[in-house]
Amino acid sequence: MIQFLIHEAADSVGVATVDIKAGEGVKGLYMDSQNPVEVVALDDIPLGHKLAMKDHKIDESVIKYGFDIGRVVADIKKGGHVHTQNLKTRRW
Amino acid sequence: MDNPTVMAYKRENGRVGIRNHVVILPLDDLSNAASENVAHNIKGCKALPHAYGRLQFGEDLELFFRTLIGTGANPNVAAVVVIGIEPEWTTRIVEGIAKTGKPVTGFAIERHGDIKTVEMASWKAKEYMQWASELKREPCDLSDIWVSTKCGESDTTSGLASNPTVGNAFEKLVNMGGTCSFGETSEITGAEDTVKQRAKTPKAAEQFMYFFDRYAAMIDRNKTNDLSGSQPTKGNIAGGLTTIEEKAFGNVQKIGKTINYEGALDKAVTPTGPGLWYMDSSSAAAEAVTLWAAAGFVAHLFPTGQGNIIGNPIEPVIKLTANPRTAGDMSEHIDYDCSAILRGEMTLGESGDNLIQLLIRTCNGRLTAQEVLGHEEYVLTKLYESA
Repeated sequence: MIQFLIHEAADSVGVATVDIKAGEGVKGLYMDSQNPVEVVALDDIPLGHKLAMKDHKIDESVIKYGFDIGRVVADIKKGGHVHTQNLKTRRW
Repeated sequence: MDNPTVMAYKRENGRVGIRNHVVILPLDDLSNAASENVAHNIKGCKALPHAYGRLQFGEDLELFFRTLIGTGANPNVAAVVVIGIEPEWTTRIVEGIAKTGKPVTGFAIERHGDIKTVEMASWKAKEYMQWASELKREPCDLSDIWVSTKCGESDTTSGLASNPTVGNAFEKLVNMGGTCSFGETSEITGAEDTVKQRAKTPKAAEQFMYFFDRYAAMIDRNKTNDLSGSQPTKGNIAGGLTTIEEKAFGNVQKIGKTINYEGALDKAVTPTGPGLWYMDSSSAAAEAVTLWAAAGFVAHLFPTGQGNIIGNPIEPVIKLTANPRTAGDMSEHIDYDCSAILRGEMTLGESGDNLIQLLIRTCNGRLTAQEVLGHEEYVLTKLYESA
């Protein structure tokens, strides 16, 4: 059983496929290679939400689907919840 | 993947259909009653009532004619009876459909009244229905089946699994020489630069940007507040989507990663060759599928998250979801449950193969959930008010 999926190797975030609790060691799968990966969740990550696969610094990009999906506005640690509190669109 | 054989209908113009409808097509809103009465008299034929067709003008009228003619010309349609209030526009529709070589006859209500018109049209519909009932399915290549896609009621499971499943199937269909199409101009906002780069030629990229800019200008003209500020929606954000880019890239998963589009088409315009095509279209499901049916597409792949229930009267809609809750509590609407991807129990490649197998069964005659449930949303796109 897995708890999250990552679209491809280039991505810096995965997506929870179940509700994940802070402190939980969770197993994921890269969808392009089917390679397994493990990470310890630092925050609660609800189903469908993103968790960081690496540390992100302010102004860096979050990569999902192999694309830049926005700008980091607060430092994110590996295993952290990535959402509106630390990621903003580059549009406006 | 090789090019599997399907059992389908070869039409007079060389196109291949997977259904064999006899359509009673009203030219205008006034002719809906007569058309529905003919469909009541003659069992098995299908009336397509709609709201428009009077005092339209300019580009809106051109789109209206293109949509009606395209509907009748669709290879899933064997023969057509057109009924209109007056003979001139009725004849224009009949002549447009007749270019395919399929049987088509028009009737005008003026100078006859509904009762006489229904009688005359019913005789013709009876003749067409019995003729069409003897047409046989023949072996055809799967690549002869034109396939469109759009998603609806998307959630995070759409970007994770059901949209990429369609993308995987599209890559396989295009590589076997098929004709496929995507659109939903509004949902591309945030990923338009990436979609532009997916064009096969600079001309195709330019065509795409023309339609994208035209859409953006239309929103600017008509908006009453800043739409851009409400994307993604509160529901999207609650579901885990953070930015408009993320939402758009999830949507674009439906065209896979390795195929590029040949060109960009205006609404209800027929592609001029095989490959992947962008078609400008609303993201409203019924309007968009009606436009693809009018462009000549004969099967539609529809990934849904929360459970959109849309159908079309002539282009079968195959629904898939990766949301296990939707697959459970709305199961009568779902043709393919790909939630095993979320459990890590199925790869995207396997899921794309499963979807193609279901497409083949649909081509061979399996009715989709939407067809069995009678979801036949025939919705014309109107560009502006009538004169």
